[in-house]
Amino acid sequence: MSAPFLSQYGGEIATLTLEHLWLTAAAMLSAVIIAIPAGVWLTRSPRWARPVIGIANVLQTIPSLAMFGFLLPLPWLGERAARIAIIALTAYALLPILRNTYAGIRGIDPTLIEVAQAIGLTNRQRLFKVELPLAASFIFAGLRTATVTCIGIATIAAAVGAGGLGELIFRGVASVDNRLVLAGAVPAALLALIADAALGLLERRFKVPALESGRV
Amino acid sequence: MRAALAFREVSVAVPNGRQSLHNVSLDVEQGTVTAILGRSGSGKTTLLRTANRMVEPSSGSVFVAGAPDTDVVSLRRKMGYVIQETGLFPHLTVERNIGIILEAEGRPKLQRANRVRELLQLVGLDPEIFAKRFPHQLSGGQRQRAGLARALAAEPPILLMDEPFGALDPLTRAEMQDMLRELLRRVDVTVLLVTHDLDEALYLAEHIALLSEGKLIAYVARDDFLRSKEPEIVSYVHAFHRGESETRRGADSA
Repeated sequence: MSAPFLSQYGGEIATLTLEHLWLTAAAMLSAVIIAIPAGVWLTRSPRWARPVIGIANVLQTIPSLAMFGFLLPLPWLGERAARIAIIALTAYALLPILRNTYAGIRGIDPTLIEVAQAIGLTNRQRLFKVELPLAASFIFAGLRTATVTCIGIATIAAAVGAGGLGELIFRGVASVDNRLVLAGAVPAALLALIADAALGLLERRFKVPALESGRV
Repeated sequence: MRAALAFREVSVAVPNGRQSLHNVSLDVEQGTVTAILGRSGSGKTTLLRTANRMVEPSSGSVFVAGAPDTDVVSLRRKMGYVIQETGLFPHLTVERNIGIILEAEGRPKLQRANRVRELLQLVGLDPEIFAKRFPHQLSGGQRQRAGLARALAAEPPILLMDEPFGALDPLTRAEMQDMLRELLRRVDVTVLLVTHDLDEALYLAEHIALLSEGKLIAYVARDDFLRSKEPEIVSYVHAFHRGESETRRGADSA
């Protein structure tokens, strides 16, 4: 990419990158607020696990362009494109976080859960002092998958006018200007790589060392 | 005799219609160690777990001196709990593992730290070396010591131990038994110890309860156990000391 190109589009790339980040961060935050408590609840009522994870699974399979299209005519959502983008991205982020929270807690050695109860921790203390920390690495892995997916899908949000780096890609495609396509695609890919590395770091940081017997 | 724990006609039904405990009545005298012996599946662990209501009896009841029977959390905090695999939380340091109940009770940090040091010394672990270690950095015996320290942290009047040394090699096991015996002289606590090791029961306990197929066969003072003519006790003792008599016979014939 040449210097004149960058001086012409540099500012816009920076603004759109920030917009892209904001869309993804807002969606991830809503997904975390919904999916972690829901995942915890499913561990308490496992008979709901199949249907609820099933619904999240179905959401995941809706093509992103179609999802943005479905949300467009809705009254409050349709007014602001960013709202549509955040709701749609949240829907995509739910499954990995929900599934990993559920599986992470269910996968804890039952002896430890039993000990937590037997020594007199309340349900709340058991959750915050034992279950969530032990499942943290798993939950971060889910968050990592969700974030990387969302950064990718957020480029399509430009189709409904929500902004973000997709805007450069769409413009580049329409005007057959590969430089513009790259100006959107490269920062989006970099964002994804950085998020992947940072969350991967957290995932490893919270990994619980196993005892020699192989049990955690 | 003051009973710290009293089991009254406790029965526990299991889903297939059988009973894993059948009308067990037992008074555990305060400040003593009672061993529960029996073969695998005899209901030893189930009986122990009715004490802290990890298992609810289908009939009968368990009385715990000085504990309200409504609030299960405060009942459990009155009972230290030690199991074979220690159940130390792998994500917490030894210090935090031991202090977890104190933390849950909201005791101040400094008070917790002092108590943890005291407990580590009590179980023979140097606080300078072990406080900041994680469970995977300890040997089996050290983990068991830390588990015992955790069980004693909130000064519970009752200690429940479920085959605490079952997974250790014989030498470490003997060391732990010595340590526990010494420790129990210094701490005022009533102990219920599930074991299938007769020697361990004889070494540590004042009273021995023998369970068979969910029924209490005998509940006697330690010294009376070996003298008993009760057929179940005789066969248990015989099975346990088979190796010894075999060795003796070998020595005699040589």
